[in-house]
Amino acid sequence: MLTKRIIPCLDIKDGRTVKGTNFVNLRDAGDPVELGALYAQQGADELVFLDITATVEKRKTLSDLVNRIAHHINIPFTVGGGISSVEDVSVLLQNGADKISVNTSAFKRPRLVNELSKEFGSQCVVLAIDTKKEEDGEWYVYLNGGRTKTDAKCFEWAKQAVDLGAGEILLTSMNHDGTKQGFALDITRTLSTKLPVPVIASGGGGTMEHFVDVFEKAEADAALAASIFHFKEITIPDLKQYLSKQNIVVRN
Amino acid sequence: MVLTIIKYNAGNIQSVLYALERIGVSATVTDHHEKIKSADKVIFPGVGEASTAMNYLKERNLDSVIKELKQPVLGICLGMQLMCRHSEENDTNCLGIFDENVKHFTNSPLGVGGKIPQIGWNNIYDLKSKLFEGVAENSYCYFVHGYYAALGEHTIATTNYIQPYSSALHKNNFYGVQFHPEKSATAGEQILKNFLEL
Repeated sequence: MLTKRIIPCLDIKDGRTVKGTNFVNLRDAGDPVELGALYAQQGADELVFLDITATVEKRKTLSDLVNRIAHHINIPFTVGGGISSVEDVSVLLQNGADKISVNTSAFKRPRLVNELSKEFGSQCVVLAIDTKKEEDGEWYVYLNGGRTKTDAKCFEWAKQAVDLGAGEILLTSMNHDGTKQGFALDITRTLSTKLPVPVIASGGGGTMEHFVDVFEKAEADAALAASIFHFKEITIPDLKQYLSKQNIVVRN
Repeated sequence: MVLTIIKYNAGNIQSVLYALERIGVSATVTDHHEKIKSADKVIFPGVGEASTAMNYLKERNLDSVIKELKQPVLGICLGMQLMCRHSEENDTNCLGIFDENVKHFTNSPLGVGGKIPQIGWNNIYDLKSKLFEGVAENSYCYFVHGYYAALGEHTIATTNYIQPYSSALHKNNFYGVQFHPEKSATAGEQILKNFLEL
């Protein structure tokens, strides 16, 4: 059976892993290649590297890093952060990335999703959405790392992007991110059951039960987390063993 | 040992090179006919679309070169599908090395059958080849595909997604795997090592 996937996410700044909450109090957490390789060895199913570097040298640093990751890691990995063109993606894929994720740039220019899926195939185009539930009870799309609100509803945008060729959705709930109170089950379930592509749930995973809930109740295909793994609050082998005991199919 | 990776217009060649490097083997990436023919082993990788890839191979006469190879050949993902007889992906006639046909995953009411393409780790079973020596039954491998090769006489590994299908094929010197050994952690590394020792 196809398994549910556990995906550690590594935030990268200037070629180094950083740990922090909500982009504040960033601390250096070492070489992303070493940390990624450790997670791979522990049984992570995929890795996501999210580049939050803001400088102009970013592109070169990132492609060099992706090349090093590809040399050392024997599981698939996705690279995201500031990707806005076919050329950007081409460089990253040539350096060994398996998938790329796009967020703000795709929202501003939806045709990008179409261009990327035509050029490289839907299987390597992950659409990342940062979403927040407002007082009206609706989930809205946010851009620029959650700093800019839009009037677009999360499901509508996700559906449009899938129609344009996105092969996977990485859904982060801003209401849940950093809280460790559990994933956003309602919006994750809506996307996962109504869209024909896999959904990676992100934001809020704090206990092993939260992962059971997001797989069973929200039917997520994969769950992503960062700090609980970085700070060793939950280890991947323990999590997978726990999920197995709850009859959730994982790769052990 | 001279190991050659066939260069054509389908992705993931770099990933295969790096995976080989991790198990201590270097390979040459080439579309040069004589270099492919004279290699000890040949890998035919691929991520992409069947008809575009077949056209590319035909234009360069790589189709006949591949069919006539006598040394061990390993097709990966699209590479394996192109070694089959026919693919439903844009109604493409393939190399016809394996008699099995390639079909599109269908009939999957959401939440029942599964999403298409299949993306992720699935298990391989009924393993029947030296290619899987030291690889446990039901080992997990990484798959990304919307089309599958049906079960047939050349099936040497089976995987179940929507229905059972061939996750590996073998006929004479030709081997094919639907999953990506280069991305399948230690199980994938063992399969690549086994291929190199055939």
